[in-house]
Amino acid sequence: MPQNPQLNKNGELQHLLSIEGLSKDILRHILDTAESFTGVSEREVKKVPLLRGKTVCNIFFENSTRTRTTFEIAAKRLSADVVSLNVNSSSQSKGETILDTVDNLTAMHADMFVVRHSQSGAAHFIARHVAPHIHVINAGDGRHAHPTQGLLDVFTIRRYKPDMHNLRIAIVGDLLHSRVARSEIHALTTLGVPEVRVIAPKTLLPECVDRMGVQVYHDMREGLKGVDVVMMLRLQNERMSGALLSSAQEYFKCYGLTQEKLALAKPDAIVMHPGPMNRGVEIDSAVADGTQSVILPQVTYGIAVRMAVMSILAGNTE
Amino acid sequence: MQLPDAEPLLAMLAEKIRPLLGGHVALVGIHSGGAWIAERLHVMLNGEVPHGTLDISFYRDDFEQRGLHPQVKPSHIPFDVEGCHIILIDDVLYTGRTIRGAMNELFDYGRPAKITLAVLVDRGGREMPVEAQIVGTHLELAPQQSLELLRDDAGKFSFKLHENG
Repeated sequence: MPQNPQLNKNGELQHLLSIEGLSKDILRHILDTAESFTGVSEREVKKVPLLRGKTVCNIFFENSTRTRTTFEIAAKRLSADVVSLNVNSSSQSKGETILDTVDNLTAMHADMFVVRHSQSGAAHFIARHVAPHIHVINAGDGRHAHPTQGLLDVFTIRRYKPDMHNLRIAIVGDLLHSRVARSEIHALTTLGVPEVRVIAPKTLLPECVDRMGVQVYHDMREGLKGVDVVMMLRLQNERMSGALLSSAQEYFKCYGLTQEKLALAKPDAIVMHPGPMNRGVEIDSAVADGTQSVILPQVTYGIAVRMAVMSILAGNTE
Repeated sequence: MQLPDAEPLLAMLAEKIRPLLGGHVALVGIHSGGAWIAERLHVMLNGEVPHGTLDISFYRDDFEQRGLHPQVKPSHIPFDVEGCHIILIDDVLYTGRTIRGAMNELFDYGRPAKITLAVLVDRGGREMPVEAQIVGTHLELAPQQSLELLRDDAGKFSFKLHENG
């Protein structure tokens, strides 16, 4: 069996590239550590000295506001120096290759790369290339994975619904283009959630969905019945090609989350969304801003989860 | 080797701390042994003095060598540290590095008026200029030995000696 490229010789996390292949123990360690970091953000001084003297480079070959900002804040709260590059507008547009960009930043003594790229596998590619003391975090690669988003979603669920072994969770929307959904499904099943449902039209489901250990629903009302958690996905307009959907209005009618549809879930069900939201397309404003919504806490917890990942990686050097 | 009884040492600690109470005073125990002791002292001192816990994993000076501790617990300081007299509590005082980490962490909550260190056992071997003001007992141990505080189901304390610690 090929060695998991995320782990070092001692089986410790060296890079975070995807949730696939990570043991329950590693996932729990990340979530438990994140629990301790939530307190740091509530203190007078919102910093700990763990990454003092380290340099974290956020290399975003694809746009992002929330993910880049939370990674930046997380690194700064760990006392690292942070450089964020939007490569769209930098050397790549002049023809520099990804590895040249990475090599140049390594020559500036970067210790950790946080990478987002529109191509699946970009973070793996960089992780295979870098020196052993450097860590790589995948902040989203194509349709493949977005592990820290998956982890922060699971962290949020665990905070509101601590008994993971007794949960029914529905993931609703554009699973075909979603790298978040794949990461989430892996994390949830690894942590022992007994029932994960996916709710989507046939055109927005990946072909292999039935092999992911989930129950598939095309009727949203049916799929929401009795669930504890409703995770909405963003309709990825910018990734849509061809006629997968008739119109945004039609989509909202069938798969948009409204108060009326949410009433089919358990009364204490929580509503999540990884952002950015298309209000009135996949989620109604009344739900997004309603009492069951935990969409903003997700953002807050994202910082603690990213602090946990960065500090665990930084401590695991061969 | 005859290990000290932890319970009488705890009672002694409580009596030495009692005169310090009054005003803006709080107990802070270092995870895990110190946190247990702070909890017991809180009850023994009539349950009125506020108490909190610190897990200093994020402040350790050996992170570069050893990485992050596999089980980090949240620190919990439910009172205002600014201007507070903190009685910092640990089970065993050894190199002083843990106490240095704890003081660094406390200052990220605010500026305490004063910190008093109280420990059940001072085993010597200091690598930092740190001393405890309140000590249960002194014990000479070899570098490879380590002393662990145990808590039974009834909440009673005892010590265990590890030879390759």
